Amino acid sequence: MLYFSKLRIISVFLISLFFISIASNNFLNSDLRFFSKKINLGLDLQGGSYLLLEIDNTPVVEQKLQNATTLLRTYFKDKNIRIGNLSLNDQIIRFTVNEEFKQTVIEILNDENSQVNPYYPRFKSHQFDLKDLGSSFELSFSKQGLVELKTSSQDQALEIVRRRIDEIGTNEPNILKRGNDRILVELPGLDDPMRIKSLLGKTANLSFRFVSNNSQDSFGVEKLKYENDDNEDFVSKRIILSGDNLLDAQPRMNNQTNETVVSFTLDRVGAKRFGKATSTGIGKQLAIVLDGKIISAPVIRDTIASGSGQISGGFTFQSATDLALLLRSGALPAPLNIIEERTVGPDLGQDSINAGMFALIIGFLLVIIFMFLKYKIFGLITNITLILNLLLLLGILTLFEATLTLPGIAGIILTVGMAVDANVLIFERIKEESKNEKNNIIAFDSGYIKSKTAILDANITTLLAALILFFMGSGPVKGFSVTLGVGIFTTLFSVYFIARLLTSIYVTRNKDKERLI
Amino acid sequence: MIRFNRFYNQFSILSLILIIASLILLNFKGLNFGIDFKGGTLIELRSSYSKINVSSLRDTLNQMNLGDVSVKKFGNNKDYLVKFENKDNKENIIEEIKLNLDKSFGNNFDFRRVENVGPKVSSELLRSGIIAISISLAVMLIYIWIRFEWQFSLGAIIALFHDVIITLGLFSLLNLEINLSIIAAVLTIVGYSMNDTVVIYDRVRENLRKFSDIKISELTNISINESLSRTLITSITTLLALLSIFFFGGEILKGFSLAMIFGVVFGTYSSMYIANTVLVKLNVSQKTILKEDEKI
Repeated sequence: MLYFSKLRIISVFLISLFFISIASNNFLNSDLRFFSKKINLGLDLQGGSYLLLEIDNTPVVEQKLQNATTLLRTYFKDKNIRIGNLSLNDQIIRFTVNEEFKQTVIEILNDENSQVNPYYPRFKSHQFDLKDLGSSFELSFSKQGLVELKTSSQDQALEIVRRRIDEIGTNEPNILKRGNDRILVELPGLDDPMRIKSLLGKTANLSFRFVSNNSQDSFGVEKLKYENDDNEDFVSKRIILSGDNLLDAQPRMNNQTNETVVSFTLDRVGAKRFGKATSTGIGKQLAIVLDGKIISAPVIRDTIASGSGQISGGFTFQSATDLALLLRSGALPAPLNIIEERTVGPDLGQDSINAGMFALIIGFLLVIIFMFLKYKIFGLITNITLILNLLLLLGILTLFEATLTLPGIAGIILTVGMAVDANVLIFERIKEESKNEKNNIIAFDSGYIKSKTAILDANITTLLAALILFFMGSGPVKGFSVTLGVGIFTTLFSVYFIARLLTSIYVTRNKDKERLI
Repeated sequence: MIRFNRFYNQFSILSLILIIASLILLNFKGLNFGIDFKGGTLIELRSSYSKINVSSLRDTLNQMNLGDVSVKKFGNNKDYLVKFENKDNKENIIEEIKLNLDKSFGNNFDFRRVENVGPKVSSELLRSGIIAISISLAVMLIYIWIRFEWQFSLGAIIALFHDVIITLGLFSLLNLEINLSIIAAVLTIVGYSMNDTVVIYDRVRENLRKFSDIKISELTNISINESLSRTLITSITTLLALLSIFFFGGEILKGFSLAMIFGVVFGTYSSMYIANTVLVKLNVSQKTILKEDEKI
């Protein structure tokens, strides 16, 4: 075990040098670096915000079922199949069918190419499950139908969230899907997530509708509150324009009224509709509704054919900017709830780095002093190995651009404490072997060989714990498992290659000395 | 040579008492779950003015109907840790608290850290934490079962449960908070305890092969003594590292390092006493391992 070939010595040297130079990258000025990779600091160290958003799909489900109900009604009517008591309650569509049509209805809804109950050719499952209750039928979302709905609303929501965050211009945001109804947002360097939170919390569903004080409106009316005060108005359910028709929106100063407004430009379809509505509706009030609240309801004075207009509503410059941003980036398919938030200020992050580094240095010093006192020259070898081990660990973390968190630093410190274990196992074994074996080289050799299983066992158990933590843990704790796990590999490498090499050099030079260890 | 085996019985009884006491504590007093597992909001505040006292801060916050509010000093005189239930999961609660504190104390507070965990997430985190610990115990069981004879596996697992239960019991007794990093600590303890036990067991097995005429009680004693300096040195260096995290690593890592310190102490003790007592009680002899060897 003590023999090293020239080739091996050189390769050990080169590998160590490679990782050390990579590790050094983190401490050099940017113009001295020859390598662009660096260890990333976690949000808990550099400061920033972590937000976990959950999409509330209930309104989407309701809407889809509503559409399906309408579709069923017209479809069966066209086919002259009489269904009765069609209703939608608790996310279940119910209807009754005369005995004569029952079989046909079942066939239509279970047909692989059914028009009213699609998805089968693609997913081998229908969008809706049909339940035959004898006298009536029940239709509800199938598992696959629900998954499909969630995935598509997640895709849309992710896109909108990304646009909104990009508009604000934070640096290097991380926006990821989690499960099929969650979105994870990481915003490094963001001290106060208030604005982003309020922007993400809005669905931004915009519609232009007439205020309709007579309840004769054929589309029905609903009573809506004003955004700024407690007044209410009846508003038609007919949507003249929606946010989808918007091409652009910007905050502006209205020179005449000296008021901040949001000016908007419409697409072609929108401009046409807006022109028609404003020409037929002169003298009427047009309500601008955002997320179920009326922002303002100006009286139409002229036909607006240009396809652009203004929204006023007692905005401050900030609120006008935010509204314009929301309108530009589009409406979310469903409301988002923030179900987990973790924000760390940059100065706490810096404090954590300082404390972590200080603890690392102290822990490191304590361990190397102890080892030196205990093992003298071999303690020195262990200590050199330990330093190299640390650099190797940093090098690997840099190479993979791993994220270092505060628990991750704890993992490194713990690695320092546990890394000496392998060397201790070897040295203690050598000590025992030297009692019966006068030849130093043989004693050292069998010390290395006989301690091998114990070292492997010891490291595998720790590695297993680290792996489980890596796959099950979340956030900063994951960082701990990474440093702990990588630390095991660097420890084994440094013990079996670097420390053994140094030991073999020392032992072969002093092979005739008694009581070498 | 230290005669460790003289105290096998006494320490077994001690450990048994500790385990029962821990279980009673865990059952009746329970663990002090932090917001990670219970849900709620945590704010770390730093005031630029050190004469604010905790009770006036608490009074101000209590007037806001935040549910159960706890206010504590955090590390030094200027830092406070505020925790509350935030049952309704109000979105603008942080802003409101900021306004209220500014009103009562002037613009003195810096919000250094805000964590808000909803009830759904916290129950998921708790579940995945429990699953992680269970999986790690199962994986260790499988590993040791592959590596050793069943008597050894049983001993290692008993030692493992011993360490985890007593560490959690201590957390309950001292009312220390259980959060995500404590789960990480418990998993590391599992790894460490196993590692310590396995090293001694390796030696026991080696000695079982070597000596056929030595009784197991004596044989484990020899093995403990032979690996004693390694056990102590590794525990000492690990403890040195952990103590430096505990004292210098900042408030956030205190709980984690404390759990690890408990774990390392119990892990070292149990690998010497509990794990070996089990071998003695099961009357392991050379035959036990020779049978296994033949199979291979």
